This record gives sequence, structure tokens and C-alpha cells, in this order.
Amino acid sequence: MIFAVISGFISAAILPIFSRFNKNLVPKLYPFIPLGIFIYLASYLHKVNTEGAQFWSYTWIPSFGINLDFRLDGLSLLFGLLITGIGTLVFFYTSYYLKEDKYLDRFYGYLTMFMAAMLGLVISDNLIVLFIFWELTSISSFFLIGYKNDDPSSRKSALTALGVTGFGGLILLAGLIWIGFLGGDFSFTELLNSSEIIKNHESYTWIIILVFIGAFTKSAQFPFHFWLPGAMKAPTPVSTYLHSATMVKAGIYLLARFTPLLGGTDSWNWTLMIVGGITMLYAAIHSLFRTDLKSILAYSTISALGILVFLLGVGTEDALLAAGIFILTHALYKATLFLITGIIDHETGTREVTSLGGLQRVMKPVAVAGYLAALSSAGVPLFLGFISKEIMYEASFHYGKWAILLTAALVITKIILFVAGFWVGVKPFTGSLPDEHQSAKMPSPLLWIPPVLLASLCLLFGVFPGILDRFMQAVFTSILPGAPEIHLAIWHGFNWVLVLSIVTLILGTALYLGLKPSQILREKVKAFDRVAPIQLIENIALGFQKFAEKWTGFFQNGYLRNYVITILLFLTVLAGYRIYDGVDVHLDWSQISEITPSEFLVVVLMVTSIFFAMITKTRTGVIVALGIIGLANCLFFLYYSAPDLAMTQFSIDTLTVLLFMLVLFQLPKNRSFSTNKIRIRDGLLSLMFGSMIAILALEVFEAPSYTEVSDYYAENAYLLAKGKNVVNVILVDFRGIDTLVETIVLVIAAIGVFSLLNLKLNPNKKT
Amino acid sequence: MKSIIFQTASKYLLPLLLLFSVFILLRGHYLPGGGFVGGLMAAMAFILHSFAFGLKETKSIVKMDPRHLMPIGLTLAIVAGLSPWFVGLPFMTGIWYDEPLKLIGMVGSSLFFDIGVYLVVIGTTLTIIFSITETI
Repeated sequence: MIFAVISGFISAAILPIFSRFNKNLVPKLYPFIPLGIFIYLASYLHKVNTEGAQFWSYTWIPSFGINLDFRLDGLSLLFGLLITGIGTLVFFYTSYYLKEDKYLDRFYGYLTMFMAAMLGLVISDNLIVLFIFWELTSISSFFLIGYKNDDPSSRKSALTALGVTGFGGLILLAGLIWIGFLGGDFSFTELLNSSEIIKNHESYTWIIILVFIGAFTKSAQFPFHFWLPGAMKAPTPVSTYLHSATMVKAGIYLLARFTPLLGGTDSWNWTLMIVGGITMLYAAIHSLFRTDLKSILAYSTISALGILVFLLGVGTEDALLAAGIFILTHALYKATLFLITGIIDHETGTREVTSLGGLQRVMKPVAVAGYLAALSSAGVPLFLGFISKEIMYEASFHYGKWAILLTAALVITKIILFVAGFWVGVKPFTGSLPDEHQSAKMPSPLLWIPPVLLASLCLLFGVFPGILDRFMQAVFTSILPGAPEIHLAIWHGFNWVLVLSIVTLILGTALYLGLKPSQILREKVKAFDRVAPIQLIENIALGFQKFAEKWTGFFQNGYLRNYVITILLFLTVLAGYRIYDGVDVHLDWSQISEITPSEFLVVVLMVTSIFFAMITKTRTGVIVALGIIGLANCLFFLYYSAPDLAMTQFSIDTLTVLLFMLVLFQLPKNRSFSTNKIRIRDGLLSLMFGSMIAILALEVFEAPSYTEVSDYYAENAYLLAKGKNVVNVILVDFRGIDTLVETIVLVIAAIGVFSLLNLKLNPNKKT
Repeated sequence: MKSIIFQTASKYLLPLLLLFSVFILLRGHYLPGGGFVGGLMAAMAFILHSFAFGLKETKSIVKMDPRHLMPIGLTLAIVAGLSPWFVGLPFMTGIWYDEPLKLIGMVGSSLFFDIGVYLVVIGTTLTIIFSITETI
């Protein structure tokens, strides 16, 4: 199993080398990676259906309880098959769709990486591993959305998507760690046993808020939905893959996965119902005001995700079953619709639904796929969509007190989604063919076979729902342990739910016939854009930017002297407040060692140099005086038996003087000196700072000193590290990692200096 | 600073200081010294030379771009840190030869780590000072 997961990462990693060797082979070979994994996963179908979840475990970081634990149950298998199955089709589709693209190999790299991350996400059984894969999907989707990297709006969308999902991911991490600590384990299977402990803990509310934010950002729930329409800037295969079938469903997966662990409480159910309900209605209504095929699909996808969240919130047996089936239904028809949108775009060069029509004459198979998908989306009998819709209505209809409200919301959403599906799947193919598209041709089989295949699955599962019985049972059981036995059937008998279905179909048809997509509608709702979440969040982001500019402008004003003043003043005020609060400082003369004549001499030397530095009029004089102070300081280190420190400080001081000389030597003579006023100010500040440091030093002496650490180092330096110089042993052995990181910092500093000095922003201007 | 005395002195000081810096590096484990100080001293030897003869002259002696010393040193330090993995010990564990070598003494992974630090320090210092000198 681990090979199935990492094979994607490996093939993405070797791709740059591979494509240098033979670029044209990449699109021909890479589709077989998802295909292979799909077959591998499908071979577990029987086992999972009959025996339940399968487990694999590989040790990774056992000391933190983080292991590569994989768990394949109904839910993971459903997602795994969707990811690899739709992945295979998308991989083949892309090989023709982006045939002329010069970065096609790169695209396959991102796509493969994404697939592997997504697969890892749905089968990992360890919360931390799950989080890692979760972030990997965000990162790889950033590359995919921003694939057309010369287009600024595409880059912006990619950043927005990464910002929103990455932000959610971090919040989720906090939630996962919290769950792990409460349950005492990061393994999901183990945690299921402590479900009650977590649910009854006082921080339960916080945990579900954190998990919700993670899931809602990823699955584009209101008010985080705005990144998804923007992400449609990505090439259509990406939208198909990420934004209909896989990535955006990761949040749904997470919620479904956590339902047995955290779900079933009022706060869980109501939050999901309200957020899901708002999202499905809001996005559905939005989709009516779009004319771009992909925009319509984007909003209808958000709406469908809202339905899924809503169903998980309703949380009854029927609702959870409906959620399981709707995941499959939606993936099948939405991926089809996206794929045919790509074909239409590819062949006619436009995605404006208003200017499309009559294409069935030139591309019959594509049209058939479109019809089938639209019918499944509408929930017409004999299609999978019908079955999922029936169970959905069944669930909301029997919800007790709120049944009417919930059912009404669901029915309205479904009616609008009916129209949205027809606009994309039917409208471009019927009617008369406009003149400008007369030249549209039948696309290559690589383009039309994938949607036809997916669309026929909608029909196949709709006519023979029995073949899904056992698999759906497994999915159902993993969302709801101990789920009752199910039998999917086309005919549920004549009841109110059927009436609702018929009402949906009739009203949907009426709305489709009565409402034509048009720009005018879009213009009418422009006024509300100001209060849309995307605007609000953009304003917040802009506010941050403005604040940062002001802040930076104030503190980073470019004058070194101001920096020094700021730092000293801040420290003085901070520590001064502390001292004002009351410190007990008294000198214990008996503890202070005698002052030797040589020490006295050094102090005199230092004080003299300080005064010299203050009155001298040449730069060289100041540098030399400061150098003397530094070196005199080293002597103190030497007196108090710190030869290593003295040696290092000595070298550093010498280097500093050399550097100063190097730079200041070239400057012109000082023209003007500070005025007396400034001198007094600076003098006062220095005095304050100096006395504060002195008081602090005295205070440190007051504190009891602990010598355990230094004793340990002194005792073990030779025993453990075979060194007699304790300082050096600490540097290279006991605290070697610190040293390693510090050397890296040094290198970074050097690179920074080098690149700043060699930076030529304006190539025409000589520095 | 073209001064005959300074030039002659720094000509002989360069190899001496370099040798001394290696000495400081190697004695570090038992007596005051170590990679960091050693590296600073070696860097100073070159800087002194460049003061006397100019940067071009020094660069022609070094032959190598000091920037390259940084990745080399870092790699050495990291490999030294990783080396215990090969014998199944955690990262950064010191491993040692049983017998001391002539002249150098005991050899262990921390010696190579320190040499890595030595190289990084030389590389960093020279890169910074040389690029400042060049831009002025």
C-alpha cells in the first residue's frame, strides 16, 4: 500500500530527469500510474466489502506516535477509486487537451503529485499523517491553479486558494493535535474508542470549531467559498480533477470521517446544517447569474458541497447514506460536465453559454455525455442522481420539527441545480448552431471517451443500483458504525418523497425554459458584490497591507541612528518598568573579588577611549577608540578564565575594525557634527541604558544560580565526547545541532550581503 | 595601502596565519580553540593580504571563489552529523576511531563537523568582506 501512495511522489520527482530524456513519452506513460493504482485499489473491493477495513502500518516517528498507518475502509476506498479513476481519465484527457503546451511535462508532475497527496489523505489512519497529506494537496493545487503563470489573475487565484486552504489547514492542525492529546493517540482507529471522552470534554466546542474551519475552507463552504470560482482559472482538466471530484471533497471526507468520532452532538449537527444550508442555497442562486460555463459549474459545485455538509449535519441514517451516494453521484456527473466544458472550450474557443448552441450536430458523443450528465444532475428517474435525491428528500422529510424548512431548502437548491446542470449539459448542444462555430469539429477520442465513460456510469448505476449495494454498505458503515442493511432500488413506492421529486423536475423544467442565462442578470446583482465575502476579505487583506506599510515606514526609516535609538529606548522602557515595579538590588562587597592593578588599568583604558571617541573629529579616531574598547573587553574575558570566548571576541573585534576601516575610509570627511542638543539627548539615553544594564547585572547576581547543567557538561565532556575543552565539546557535540543551525544562519547572512551588494535593480544605472 | 613593510610582512604572515588557524582548529577539542576561531583567523589572514596587495592579487592566490566554501563546509558538517546513522546511532552522535592518529590525535565525527564549521566561517567572512570591498 505504501508503494501505491509514494509511487506518485516518486514519479513526480523523477519527472524532470525523465522528461529531459524524452519529453513526448511523459503524457503517454504517466496516465498509467493512476490506472495502475486504480486497479490495485479495485482489487480490494471484495475484501473491504466482505471483511471490513484493511490496515497497513509502517513505522515513521514512533517516539511522537506518528506512523504511516493506512486504513482502507468503504469511505477511503470510495474516495480512492474516485481519485484514481477520474484521475486516469483526466490524465488521458490532458494528453490531448494540452498537447501543444510547452510545460506539459511539468503539468503532469504537479498532477501526479496531487493525486498521490490526495490518495494519501484519504487512506491515512494517523491524524498527523493526514494533515501532512492535507497540506500537500493545498500546495500541489497551488501549482495547478497557477499553472498559467504568465497570467496575473491566475497567479492571484492560486495565491487566494493557497491562502484560504493553507490557513484552514493550520487551524485544522491545532484541532487534530488537540484531539490527539485528549484521546491519547494519533491513530484514528484507536481514537474511536475514546470518542465519548472527547465529546464530553469541556474543550469539545473548540475542537469542532477548529476542525470545521479546516473542512470549510477546503470544501469551499460559506463564507470561505470564494476561492473556488477563482480557482477556475486553472486549465479545465485541473478544474475537473481538483474542483469537482477530489480536492474540494477533502473537507467532506474529513467531516464524514470524523462523524463517528466527533459527530452526533447538537453543536456538530446544527453547525453543519446551517453552514451547509446557507452554502447550498447561496451558491445555487449565484450560479443562475453566471454565463461562463465554468463559473456556473463552480457555483453549482459549491452548492453540491453545501448539500453534502448539510446532509452530514442532518446526521440521520438516511442522511448519511444519502451523503455517501451523493459523493459518488456528484463526482460522476460533475466531472463529466467539466470535461465537456473543456471540449467545448477547446473546439469553439468560448465558454459563454449565451453564444453556444446546436453543437450536437458536430460532436454527437459529447452531446450524449452532456445529456446523460445533466439528467443525472437533475435527478431524473433511471439515473444515479434520482436515487441519491430520493434518499436525500427522505432524510430531510423525516427530520421532525424542522422537516418542512429543511426539505424546502433542499428542494429549492435541487431545482436550481437542475437548471445549472441543463445550462452546461444541454443548452450548448441544442438549438441552432451559430455561424461563428460552424467550423467546430469532432474532437479526438482521447477527449470524448472520458466524459462518455463517466456519463454512462451515471446511467448504469441508475438502472441497476443493486450492483452498488454492497459497496455502499461498506461506505455507510464507515460513516456510521453498525449501520443497518441497505438496498438501493429505483422504485421506492408512491409517497410524498416521490411527489417532491416530481415537483422538482416540473419546476426545474419550467425554470430552464423560462429563464435564459444572460449578462443582464449578472449586471443586476453587481450591486451586492460589495458585501460579498470575497470583497470583505479582500478589504481585510488590503487593510493589513496598509497597516504594514505604515508600520514599516515608521520604524524602518533607513537611518541607522534612529534604529539604535528605537532599540535602546524600547529596552530601557521595558526593563525600566520592570525595575520600577520594585527590585531588590544590593551590593554584597564580600562576594566581589579584589580589583587587581591590571584590571584597574584596563578600566582606565576603556574609559579614556570612550571619552576620546566622543571628542575626536575624525572617523579613523572613532574606529580606533572603539576597537580599543572591544579589545580591552577581551582582556576581561581572559582574566576571568574564558580563553575561548576571549579568542573569538578578539578575532571578531579585529574583523569589525577592519570592516569599518574598509567602508568608512572611502567616505568623505565629516561635514557637520551633531548639535549639542542631540548630543545631550544621546548622552542621556546612553546613561539610562547603561545604568539599566548595570542594575540588571546586579539583579542577576541576586538570583540563585543553578549549576547542574554546567556541571553535567564539565563532568561528561571527556567521558562521553572525548574532549577536554568543555566549550568546544558543547559547540561540536552536546549542542551540535545549535551550531549546525547557526552556521546555516551565517551562510544565509553571507548570501544576503552578497546579493544585496550585487543587486542591480536598474541595469542601465551604474552603482 | 602600498607599503613595502606591510606587503613583505603580510606575504610571510599569510602562510603562517593559515597554519596557525589549522592548529587552532585541531587543538580545539582539548585546549582553547576550535573551528569558529580558526575560521576567523584564516579569513583574517586573507583579508590582511588583500589589504596589502589588493583584492585581485589575493583572489588569484586563493583561486577558489570563497562562496563555494560555504556549501562545501555545510555539506561536510551535515554529513558528519548524519554519519552516525550508518552505524545505527541517532543524528549528531559522536563516533570515534579507537586509536589516535599521528600528529592529529583522536579522530571522530565531531572533528569533521568542526572542519565544516571552519570552512563555512572562512567562506562567509570572505564573501562578505570581498563583496563589500568590490562594491566600494
